[in-house]
Amino acid sequence: MRRSSDDRKFRLGTGAFAAVVLLIVVGIGFELTRQSMLSITKFGLKFWTTSTWDPVSGDFGALPFIWGTLYSAILALLLATPIALGIAIFISELSPRMLRQPLAYLTDLLAAIPSIVYGLWGVFVMVPFVRKLEVATPDALKQFPLFKGPPLGVGMLAAALILAVMVIPFSSSVAREILKNVPSTQREAAYALGATRWEAIKVAIGFGKSGIIGAVMLGFGRALGETIAVTMVIGNSPQVTASLFKPQYTMAAVIANEFTEAADELYLHALIEIGLLLFIITVGVNMISRLLIWSMKRRVVAPIVVPVIEEATA
Amino acid sequence: MKRTLLVVSLAMALVACQPKESTTTTASPVGPLTINGAGATFPNPIYSKWFDEYQKTHPNVRINYQSIGSGGGIKQLTAQTVFFGASDGPMTDAQLAAAPGPVLHFPTVLGGVVPVYNVEGVTAPLRFNGALLANIYLGKVTKWSDPAIAQLNPGVKLPATDIAVVHRSDGSGTTYIFCDFLSKLSPDFKQKVGVSTSVNWPVGVGAKGNEGVSGLVRQTPGAIGYVELIYALQNKIAYGTVQNKSGKFVTASLESVTAAAAGVTMPDDFRVSITNPDAADAYPIASFTWMLLYQHPSDHARSAAMVDFLKWALNDGQKFAPALGYAPLPQPVVAKEMQALAKIQ
Repeated sequence: MRRSSDDRKFRLGTGAFAAVVLLIVVGIGFELTRQSMLSITKFGLKFWTTSTWDPVSGDFGALPFIWGTLYSAILALLLATPIALGIAIFISELSPRMLRQPLAYLTDLLAAIPSIVYGLWGVFVMVPFVRKLEVATPDALKQFPLFKGPPLGVGMLAAALILAVMVIPFSSSVAREILKNVPSTQREAAYALGATRWEAIKVAIGFGKSGIIGAVMLGFGRALGETIAVTMVIGNSPQVTASLFKPQYTMAAVIANEFTEAADELYLHALIEIGLLLFIITVGVNMISRLLIWSMKRRVVAPIVVPVIEEATA
Repeated sequence: MKRTLLVVSLAMALVACQPKESTTTTASPVGPLTINGAGATFPNPIYSKWFDEYQKTHPNVRINYQSIGSGGGIKQLTAQTVFFGASDGPMTDAQLAAAPGPVLHFPTVLGGVVPVYNVEGVTAPLRFNGALLANIYLGKVTKWSDPAIAQLNPGVKLPATDIAVVHRSDGSGTTYIFCDFLSKLSPDFKQKVGVSTSVNWPVGVGAKGNEGVSGLVRQTPGAIGYVELIYALQNKIAYGTVQNKSGKFVTASLESVTAAAAGVTMPDDFRVSITNPDAADAYPIASFTWMLLYQHPSDHARSAAMVDFLKWALNDGQKFAPALGYAPLPQPVVAKEMQALAKIQ
């Protein structure tokens, strides 16, 4: 009798904590909407699709910032994913046992470096390097829209590179854990059927596919919201262009840059609406990745994941 | 247990730091009278120095200042969460109307903005004027070998490199002053860009802070940017001269910035732009920075203390300005402000 009432209390208690999460998410959405009402009513949906950002005349459109955020994050993802997966596969499948712990430790360490440090490294080391690269780009290549623009060093390419460096440790850490938790029976079964090592690894990756996609999406989320390192190297110029060399702007960067000096009400509301858009996009990206994982799980009847205990204690 | 203690002590520290504006009592005999202010980042070093020095002789008054930006300072003053504000640009009529009572402006020190550049082979300071700078920042002059630059700099060998325009990405009083000057000299700039702490730049890349702009200019061949005079002086960065209204090319210095303020007819509310002044020796890209106070504050003890502080800062305090890179106020401005301080009740 007593036990069941304890159970209920426990359930209610933890349930209340879980509800806090929901409350915070709804609260953020509500508050962002409330504080950007002036801009929402004035510009409506045009805010998403126009490119002017003029604090002097009070005309605001967020398209270049949305573009810059998504473009830089996707580029970073394209650069980072193969490397992150390579690191994860090497550590969990191929590396000598001796190297495994130090390598895992080092990648985790990379994730702990504050973004301002990445930003400083970006400004002083990477940007001059990118500038040299841009100067050395042959003129024939510069005819393509992707490489048009002055060789400034700062710009979309620099932002994508620094984001990629920052995202790699996140994706690779999670992917590594996923691969580590693939039951050894999977690999053993593959070997028993005469698979080579590469084929056995493919089986392991296939088994952990949904988790690995989750790892990649985690990196994407981080790239979307990254602020200070990006604003230091992206050039902060709102324009919609496919060029890697041209300076662009992101949503998080414009908020960080302009919020402190925004005294005008409409200006402030427009900046907060950018925060709202970023929130909506982040939630949207998360939902899409959940759907992706869910649809994948449904297709493959996944066996129950049993953590390999000997691996964990080794 | 340890953690609980830490949390409790943190909470107590937070409570101790709370602004006490709501308690409208006179100074308690025990603790010092605390006055809180917030606003512009540009004058933060001199304000900190002043509050420090002032407290040495007035241990019963403690002034706290948060350099959160001019916009934030005006906002907090309007919301009355701080006792005084500070701003690099004067409050607009709309902002004044939104405040719950009349707000007075008090210029405290002066700052200037200088053009910095990175042009290969050029060692002597380049000469600029407002129209040229405006055209560069509008993207109309795109090469260093442009005749408009050569005309102002006879005898200087200018390379045919592209001009890489660098501006501030963060909202800033520096941008405000620079655009204010360019708008006065170029109707085109005024119409296309205008004056604000952040503007819609037609060309160029944005860098964060004076250090971001000067860093990017130093790295990028052919770059031009603008930074605060104080920053250029402290970091020994070479900068160009700018032509003033009387046609003279003036090197920015504390004296030439003070001269810009001396020649201006001061309105009674002190809300004045001193870019492009008439004085012959004045550096043309200069501005006051202001402290903002309510004319009729409900808290008389704090008000009296603040007025006393300002009287000290405008007279004795000015001597600390040059060492920190700020240009001191000219004497007539101080005299006029002393009269205005009497209006605070």
